[in-house]
Amino acid sequence: MQKKVSPWFWKGFLALTLMAMAVVVTQAQDLKSFEQRITTKVLPNGLTLLICERPEAPVFSYTTFVDAGDVNDPSGESGLAHMFEHLAFKGTSEIGTKDYADEKVALDKVEAANNAYEAEYLKAVGRDEKKLAVLEQNFKEAQAEAHKYVVPNQFTDVAERNGAEGVNAETGLDDTRYFWSMPENRLELWAWLESSRLVDTVPREFYKERNVVIEERRMRTDSSPIGRLLEQFVATAYVAHNYGRSSIGWPSEVSQITATEAMDFHKKYYVGANIVVAVVGDVKAADAMPMLEKYFGRVPAGPKPEEMTTVEPKQFAEKTVTIREQTQPLYVEGYHRPDYRDPDDAVYDAIADIMSNGRVSRLYRSLVRDQQIAAESAGFSPYPGDKYPGLFVFYAYPLPEHTPAEMRDAIHKEIEKLKAADVTDEELQMYKTRTRADLLRGLADNQGLANSLAEYQTRYGDWRELFLQLDKVDKVTKADIRRVANQVFVPSNRTSAWIETAAPTATAGQAATAGKDGGAQ
Amino acid sequence: MKRIIQTSLVFAACAFVFSSGAIHAQQAKPWEKIPIPKLHEFKPHQPRRIELKNGIVLFLQEDHELPFVSGSVLIPGGARDEDAAKAGLVGLYGQAWRTSGTAKMSGDAMDDLLEAKAAHVETEGDEDSTSLSWDSLKGDTDQVFGLAMDLLFHPQFSAEKLQLAQQQVATGIVRRNDDEGEIAERESAKLVYGANSPYTRQPELATIGAVTVDDLKAWHDRTIGGKLIVSIAGDFNPAAMEAKLRTAFEGLPPAKPMPPRHDSFAGPKPGLSFIDKEDVNQSDIEIVGLGTDRHNPDVPAIAIMNEILGGGFASRLFQKVRTELGLAYSVGGGMSFAYDHPATFHVAALTKSATTVDATKAALAEIAGLNTQPFTDEELARAKENILNSFLFRYDTRDKVLAERVRLEFYGYPANYLETYKAALEKVSVADLNRVAKKYIHPDKLAVLVVGNGPEIKPGLDELKLGPVQSIDITIPMPKQPPAEQKQ
Repeated sequence: MQKKVSPWFWKGFLALTLMAMAVVVTQAQDLKSFEQRITTKVLPNGLTLLICERPEAPVFSYTTFVDAGDVNDPSGESGLAHMFEHLAFKGTSEIGTKDYADEKVALDKVEAANNAYEAEYLKAVGRDEKKLAVLEQNFKEAQAEAHKYVVPNQFTDVAERNGAEGVNAETGLDDTRYFWSMPENRLELWAWLESSRLVDTVPREFYKERNVVIEERRMRTDSSPIGRLLEQFVATAYVAHNYGRSSIGWPSEVSQITATEAMDFHKKYYVGANIVVAVVGDVKAADAMPMLEKYFGRVPAGPKPEEMTTVEPKQFAEKTVTIREQTQPLYVEGYHRPDYRDPDDAVYDAIADIMSNGRVSRLYRSLVRDQQIAAESAGFSPYPGDKYPGLFVFYAYPLPEHTPAEMRDAIHKEIEKLKAADVTDEELQMYKTRTRADLLRGLADNQGLANSLAEYQTRYGDWRELFLQLDKVDKVTKADIRRVANQVFVPSNRTSAWIETAAPTATAGQAATAGKDGGAQ
Repeated sequence: MKRIIQTSLVFAACAFVFSSGAIHAQQAKPWEKIPIPKLHEFKPHQPRRIELKNGIVLFLQEDHELPFVSGSVLIPGGARDEDAAKAGLVGLYGQAWRTSGTAKMSGDAMDDLLEAKAAHVETEGDEDSTSLSWDSLKGDTDQVFGLAMDLLFHPQFSAEKLQLAQQQVATGIVRRNDDEGEIAERESAKLVYGANSPYTRQPELATIGAVTVDDLKAWHDRTIGGKLIVSIAGDFNPAAMEAKLRTAFEGLPPAKPMPPRHDSFAGPKPGLSFIDKEDVNQSDIEIVGLGTDRHNPDVPAIAIMNEILGGGFASRLFQKVRTELGLAYSVGGGMSFAYDHPATFHVAALTKSATTVDATKAALAEIAGLNTQPFTDEELARAKENILNSFLFRYDTRDKVLAERVRLEFYGYPANYLETYKAALEKVSVADLNRVAKKYIHPDKLAVLVVGNGPEIKPGLDELKLGPVQSIDITIPMPKQPPAEQKQ
């Protein structure tokens, strides 16, 4: 039900950091213990089921990981993947309806009415406003008619009445994740609910939900200074790849997505080969797997959707964005980097860790502690996604009286140090130690684990990579860090964006009261 | 737990087949035929509680799943107890305590040592408490515990680190009007408790500038003699750990209780307030009143009423304002309860500027409806199932069980509070709901705050007919000098 929150944080395990000699449990033992507890099965339709037994309490968590996100939205339909995700909470032909046969007829009429309205609305020449008003009225009436068959929110209601906790979903640019936790005795009920909505989505109440999504955009992007800055930042950094597009959707596009488009997206991307379902908790694979197979076997096979052809061309011109408004200053800059499969992926994590992690980090010590010009400063990657080449982003919040330009200069100074001299042995070891420890810390949480296992299974074709990545972490050298820094952190590869605080404008602050005297206290 | 479904299941346990077609689907309710077996036997693992002669309480929660040990010392007294002229002191203390370090080791040296081990020792200031916490890999337990105890008993507050903390807090102060939601939350709480209440007063540049190193030391000396609650979780040897904790805490003088607070809570002045923000296209609507505390025996019934009003997807607010009207992405709320003082009644909705009046009316109608739209058996059953079937998630990890026990100990509630609370939830009836709605829901006593883009709000707020619209001035007071140069 939500867009991924703009992260000044790295997401999940991909980014978490590692070490050491002090760890009693060795990596091999970790992996071995998980090997014993994890069962995977690829169904004939291509869907992968993964069960991780962790019987600490009689509960389980799941993540359904669909390898499609807003990066896959067709041109002119930005926000579509997210819109579909909202639809997946609206029920099926069996749940959420009073009479599906009749509802289906009513929904087809809604779609026809919307098409008629949109055709008139989009006319470049000769739009007939009177006709438009009539068509809008028809559209509303068709929706009201269809609404008569709806049992509102029945899908989520059944889940919540059966103890579902944390019912939600997230649509990112790269993927869509559905998740919740439940008492273990509801496993079969969950399997029915989850597989039903993957297979049998009905575009119920679509146009009202579209308004809800537009409100979500107003909240996350339009009415948030950071949201506005980030949207402009990535739109400037990318010229070709969909990573540059508003992920929640440009207002003109998301407001005209149709139910037909959402269902087409579903048909293309919600196929077995594009879905991994991970379950972690008090579940016995031997008992559960046959039952899960029965339910999730219903997902259509379909071909794995073709990969995107667009590759962001090499940036050759430095770009900047300045937003002048009445909010406090903020500085962000980004450099293009390769995707997560790049052999240097762990090197980027090492740089982020050394520059940003905790009060020992270079940016904290330089900008916050010593120069005392920033309240917070860090660098992280990748943003806004990891499946395709993303950005390595640095940012700083200036202290009062300090400017974005000072942030930029101070960050560049630290980057130059990284390029000119090796990091210390201690810094490199610290990165490795913290990454390993953080990986271990994450293993005690069913939902986090389900999410990571599904993600690694999708991105690497094998959940074991969650543990095997530590090998790559261990192999990072000081020379790697210097090499990558020199390669990537160059002005021609940079896009920067900042907010400069503008003087207040004299707006009619009382306008909302329609002329009544407010009388500031 | 879920009787209806369980019984209907007995005869259908093996009979369930998928109905791939749609015919008669609406009557079928296939999910009701899915077997729900008995839940696996589960007894939450309780920590061992040890009360020392001086009143200090220890909790030991063993958990050998992963090779980590974590701990915390919870200290009574927090921001609500600080001097109003130095508002922000406890927040500064929470930062500077750790970053300053001890006589033996500076905070910076401690950072280097701990981070190299992927370990942490942190301090924090909260509304009613401060705390010291730590965590490390098992092999570093003794060393990290030693550092934490050094910091607890021998802190050395430094002017330099206080200044650093003041700069951080100052940044938060000057940025506090950037985010619409932050403004709405802060200012609506002020409407309920009063702008100068210990629960809502804001640190200002002047008040944080007035805080000195001596203030931090005095705060530490004043609170460290209180009834500390020490909790340890993870992969440790219980006998050795107990001995270690006894050595550290047994010799301390008898804990001094915090003096009781005598706050008064009048609740808001009814009416409509407005804050103009030119850079938004969505209004944040907050409808607020006074809430209650957990000692109130009506809390179980109120919790169920909350679930019906604004708890989940099926709640009245969600169904009406989001699903039916499509007016909001974010909508919800209810009457909250705190452990030792009344919390707030709070319903919020975010809607586009043009529908501010519609959404406010719709939310107010749902609140008023608690008294006029009778609660149904179906609503009661749904709310109970929602709460009771997921109750397990309050204690499904050993960390959660420990945190709950510490919380109950801190506020003086019995250790079996959750069990009795759950039993009371099960007994709530429709009559109880009607009674608590009548007792606590008074739409004429609620205040409404709108934060939004004035010129875009059409129709205007006067359409709500809630009396004259009061503008709230949220200008941030700027002292003559920057705070960093004021202190010491």
